[in-house]
Amino acid sequence: MKIVVLVKQVPDSGEERSLRSDDFTVDRDAATKRMNELDEHAIEAALQLVEEHGGEVTVLTMAPADALESTVRKALQMGPDRAVHIVDEAIHGSCAVTSSAVLAAALRTLEWDLVLCGAESTDGRVQAMPHMLSERLDVAAVTGARKITVSGGEITVERQVDDGYELVQAALPAIVSVWDTINTPRYPSFKLIMAAKKKPVTTLSLADLGISPDQVGLSASTSQVLHAAPRPPREAGVKVIDDGSGGVALVDFLAAEKFV
Amino acid sequence: MDFKLNEEYEDLVRTVREFAQERIAPVIGEYVERHEFPYDIVREMGKLGLFGLPFPEEYGGMGGDYLAYCLVLEELARVDSSVAITVEAAVSLGAMPIHRYGTPEQKQIWLPRLCRGEALAAFGLTEPGGGSDASALRTRAVLDGDEWVINGSKAFITNAGTDITALVIVAAVTGELPDGRPEISTIIVPSGTPGLTVGRAYSKVGWCASDTRELAFDDCRVPRENLLGERGRGYAQFLRILDEGRIAIAALAVGLAQGCLDESLRYAQQRWAFGRPIGEYQAIQFKIADMEVRAHTARLAYYDAAARLLAGEPFKRQAAIAKLYASEAAVTTAREATQIHGGYGFMNEYPVARFWRDSKILEIGEGTSEVQRMLIARDLGL
Ligand SMILES: Cc1cc2nc3c(=O)[nH]c(=O)nc-3n(C[C@H](O)[C@H](O)[C@H](O)COP(=O)(O)OP(=O)(O)OC[C@H]3O[C@@H](n4cnc5c(N)ncnc54)[C@H](O)[C@@H]3O)c2cc1C
Repeated sequence: MKIVVLVKQVPDSGEERSLRSDDFTVDRDAATKRMNELDEHAIEAALQLVEEHGGEVTVLTMAPADALESTVRKALQMGPDRAVHIVDEAIHGSCAVTSSAVLAAALRTLEWDLVLCGAESTDGRVQAMPHMLSERLDVAAVTGARKITVSGGEITVERQVDDGYELVQAALPAIVSVWDTINTPRYPSFKLIMAAKKKPVTTLSLADLGISPDQVGLSASTSQVLHAAPRPPREAGVKVIDDGSGGVALVDFLAAEKFV
Repeated sequence: MDFKLNEEYEDLVRTVREFAQERIAPVIGEYVERHEFPYDIVREMGKLGLFGLPFPEEYGGMGGDYLAYCLVLEELARVDSSVAITVEAAVSLGAMPIHRYGTPEQKQIWLPRLCRGEALAAFGLTEPGGGSDASALRTRAVLDGDEWVINGSKAFITNAGTDITALVIVAAVTGELPDGRPEISTIIVPSGTPGLTVGRAYSKVGWCASDTRELAFDDCRVPRENLLGERGRGYAQFLRILDEGRIAIAALAVGLAQGCLDESLRYAQQRWAFGRPIGEYQAIQFKIADMEVRAHTARLAYYDAAARLLAGEPFKRQAAIAKLYASEAAVTTAREATQIHGGYGFMNEYPVARFWRDSKILEIGEGTSEVQRMLIARDLGL
């Protein structure tokens, strides 16, 4: 089976992240860039399916040129066969809806039975990409998988929900997003690291996809951040001075805040 | 002249660093506390290919080189030395002699499993009666028909008694040379061979999650074709193996020193005394600056020795310098890191306490500091 995994370059969620002061988009220059953590789980899921059923895995990303090293190579080091990297200055500031138009156009140029992606990215956290692609490409979308099995042209997904899981079936081709509960991503071995250097990476521009620059970017976005302000600093907490009644004061505080 | 690592090395280092942080650091303290061999971690390292790094792909290796392997040891030791020495002994001392001196059949039989980390090989040179003087071996192997009959004992042998130990390479006297010196050869003894008794694990000061055993050979018989390399070439073989191994031990020592530095830097900014973080006091700053100097210098020393090895140039002296300097740097740095941590530095739950206990052996194993100085002096013509 042929699987395409969507991966995204994000600012490292372990660091301080910020929005740009001019257009309130994510400040990508200030941050260390890396592959969205959940996408590693999507790649692992794809590799496991291909190990079981045969086939190949393509990584698809839409990101600035520097994502080639931070994200595309990193993804390829885990084991996928090739990558497609959509790079175009005009894409900057695109909202989820316009991004989905670009990704859908790229997916139309590729052969696939299954598209996998992370359930959300740690920067935007929109969670809607599978649905948008499903509309544009007219295939089923199943979100939030914690387990995926494939047999006879059908996919069965355990969909993680708050109080358990739902069992969902869909015909292939389909789009599935995954949570981190689905697997533990592998670490690349030295052989895979070396092999990743030689794997083909196709670079596509908007023109290659037949999309004109005015269809994407900040100005074409369906939503825009008009203003953003940093979170106000935390207010000083309540200080309990223990003059013998500290224990009672603590419990009173916890009770007032409904912690106990 | 360029000391920058290329991208493949950098990527490998990054991967192993993440692995060590995520998979080893959170659990290794408990293995050490229980003096337990970390089979789970070994299995994972095997999957990552760490045991096969410097070996060719045709035998299941990763097709990397000795520097890549040393960089990995540094990253492992930055988090824990028991794990690092388990890889080091398995690769430098166990699998490497088979790779270098084995027949195609021996390589085919042993290397693939060793490269995957599913099996470990040990190297038995040191004896209860002495280690530094490797020419004074007492263990004997005598040919009886088509079999070697081995008698003697070995001390402090790493990886000799794990559940996945597949073999031990034994250095033994196999005869006498015309000039009266002993003829030394190395022989592969598979685990479980009758006559081979694996002793109880030693109770050690450091490297507590690594496996170290005494071995006894009592009329232990193995087929004649288990001879590794040429008969009588044993001494030359293990000198070469130990020369290489010293670069690996230097890398391991640099990792330990770097780990001490990482921990000390963090602690100095968090711990307050007399109204400010202790890192604001010059006495602490200078200790940490000196740690960086030692780690950096030691790293350059082992990079240099490894680069010479890769280039096919003589590297004996440089390997001895790297091993000597890095191990002493590690001991000093571990002592200072413990000092910076105060009382907490003496508590086993703090990594620096473990680093301190793990550091001392670095000045002893694979040639003591005295032996390194002897080698360097001899190489200078004295
Ligand atoms: C945890 C651990 C793991 C080990 N793993 C292995 C292993 O896997 N395989 C293996 O074969 N061995 C192994 N060893 C053994 C190690 O290599 C030896 O302990 C080391 O080589 C020193 O030998 P020795 O202990 O016999 O000390 P000795 O040789 O008895 O030395 C005692 C002291 O005398 C000094 N000395 C000796 N000769 C001279 C001289 N001519 N001039 C000045 N000073 C001298 C030494 O430097 C040392 O300070 C291990 C040891 C330990 C502790």
